[in-house]
Amino acid sequence: MSSKVYGRPSSLNDKVFTYCPGCGHGIVHRLLAETLDEMEITGDTIGVAYVGCGAMLYDLFNIDFAFPLHGRAPAVATGIKRVRPEKIVFTYQGDGDLAAIGTTEIVHAASRGENLTTFFVNNGTYGMTGGQMAPTTLIGQKSSTCVDGRDADYHGRPIRMSEMLAQLDGVCYVERVTIDTPKHINDAKNAIKKAFVNQQEKKGFSMVEIISPCPIGWGYNPVDAYAHIKEEVLPFYSLGVFKDR
Amino acid sequence: MSTKQFTKGNEAIAEAAIRAGCMAYYGYPITPQNELTEYMAKHMQRLGRVFIQTESEITAINAVFGSSVAGFRTMTSSAGTAMALKQECISHMSYMELPGVIVDVMRGGPGLGNILSTQGGYNQSKGGGNGDYNVIVLAPNSVQEAADLTALAFDLAEKYRNPTIVLADGTLAQMIELIEFGPEIDPASLPESEEALTGCHGREPRKVAPKNSAMDLEAHNIRLQRKFHKMADSEQRWESLHTDDAEVVVVVFGTPSRMACEMVYEAREQGIKLGLFRPITIWPFPANALLEAVKSAKAIVVLEHNTGMLTRDVRFFTQGKLPVYYHGRMGGCFIDIDEVFSKIKCILNGNDSEWGALNEQQGLWKTF
Repeated sequence: MSSKVYGRPSSLNDKVFTYCPGCGHGIVHRLLAETLDEMEITGDTIGVAYVGCGAMLYDLFNIDFAFPLHGRAPAVATGIKRVRPEKIVFTYQGDGDLAAIGTTEIVHAASRGENLTTFFVNNGTYGMTGGQMAPTTLIGQKSSTCVDGRDADYHGRPIRMSEMLAQLDGVCYVERVTIDTPKHINDAKNAIKKAFVNQQEKKGFSMVEIISPCPIGWGYNPVDAYAHIKEEVLPFYSLGVFKDR
Repeated sequence: MSTKQFTKGNEAIAEAAIRAGCMAYYGYPITPQNELTEYMAKHMQRLGRVFIQTESEITAINAVFGSSVAGFRTMTSSAGTAMALKQECISHMSYMELPGVIVDVMRGGPGLGNILSTQGGYNQSKGGGNGDYNVIVLAPNSVQEAADLTALAFDLAEKYRNPTIVLADGTLAQMIELIEFGPEIDPASLPESEEALTGCHGREPRKVAPKNSAMDLEAHNIRLQRKFHKMADSEQRWESLHTDDAEVVVVVFGTPSRMACEMVYEAREQGIKLGLFRPITIWPFPANALLEAVKSAKAIVVLEHNTGMLTRDVRFFTQGKLPVYYHGRMGGCFIDIDEVFSKIKCILNGNDSEWGALNEQQGLWKTF
């Protein structure tokens, strides 16, 4: 007798992912769906999407989803979780959404210690709008709004959200992971699971930052984009647990 | 024994919301609506409900979005310039067909303006966000009516799955009057919406999400417009006073109508045929009722604490059928109703040039 050992997680529907070749969102979606399956929380989870490429996850998951305005996901998630505290509520946000227009919302949701889980997919660019400079864009990195590369004096410096949020007393867990190797993908999945378990245990605000490639936005082929994570991105955005209590 | 109690406008709105089954309130301090937020702070937690003093007006309205999408009655309140911060999400709630109540306690403008009572929020209240949408705007003129319309706002928001605005001003919010509250509704007794996000256990997942294709968004807009037309037909509210035989009809909304009422009573005692028409819904505007109210009139006089926002609507709906005079004050100044009364007498005597003198006297010019 043969048995199926690998397949599409049941938390995902049959719709085809429409992300660019080499995009990290597909991997992160898969890890999220596998975790929802394994924890058997699919039917008790409410997702809050965001404005950016990965936002299409609202249409790909077999869970209830709300679609907020740009940057406001933590405020919407707060409004949901406070009236439905027995449900698992998470936000899935990009770096433009969380680290630029939505900085206020994430800082204060985290500071209040809202019992929420945030997945912060950081690819250092505005993918959906065509590769503009993000708050997370590295010094020297080219984008359509810093065409000769980000200049610290002229464009300002990139922001490390995980390190910043870890300073807040309301935060129980912050970890930065990436998905450039199988080992790192496994680590990322463990972090995602831990962030959900924290919410089940009512420990407060958890965030997992996931460094993710955007080959199109970065101007690399997929293979080189993954190499770029190790060579250029991780030296600035170091992996690790910044808070765990 | 009377169950009436002396209540401040802000607190009456807050208590009415609690009694209407508001499960979650989110607010940010801004004068002149602070007692509303403070009343909620005092009572919501004790009732096992949600109160958050958010970090901004934006987070407050977006948290309202969240509690609404989760299926609960929810509210925020603000004033003046900060209402501008809420418009993005009010428009988005209308798009996503989410109920919610937003209280706008109007203060001075434009911009930061000042903390004093004006009616400069008239235009913004009807829809300050992007795209084609409408919201019902309820404008009370007494503390009792503020409480009643707040309760109604929750019903209308749910009935049409659209945000509803209660448009008060600083005067009403700070005024204390003897009022009676409606019955208390336990939020747990309200039926759960079939649209609410509750986790999809045992059913299909629900998506409160945008329409990304041209065809889908157009179809959605058409559906919304049909809904708005239905709202426009069914939800007009107004008050008429002595308009049947009125030679001049004063059109006024909100608190200045209280002064105007006194003027009408005094005019009638003097045998002067003065009437009053008060739109209670700013949107939908009670246009047919206005036309009915002015059918025997030779002139309309619009009084408002702004530069003529209501006047523009009145001129639009009366289509030049009769002259429309405007007089207003701004910045927190009040209309001098005795002066207005003496000038209305001039209009009745066929000498409307005196009206211009009134404008000049109070530092105003005739708008457009």
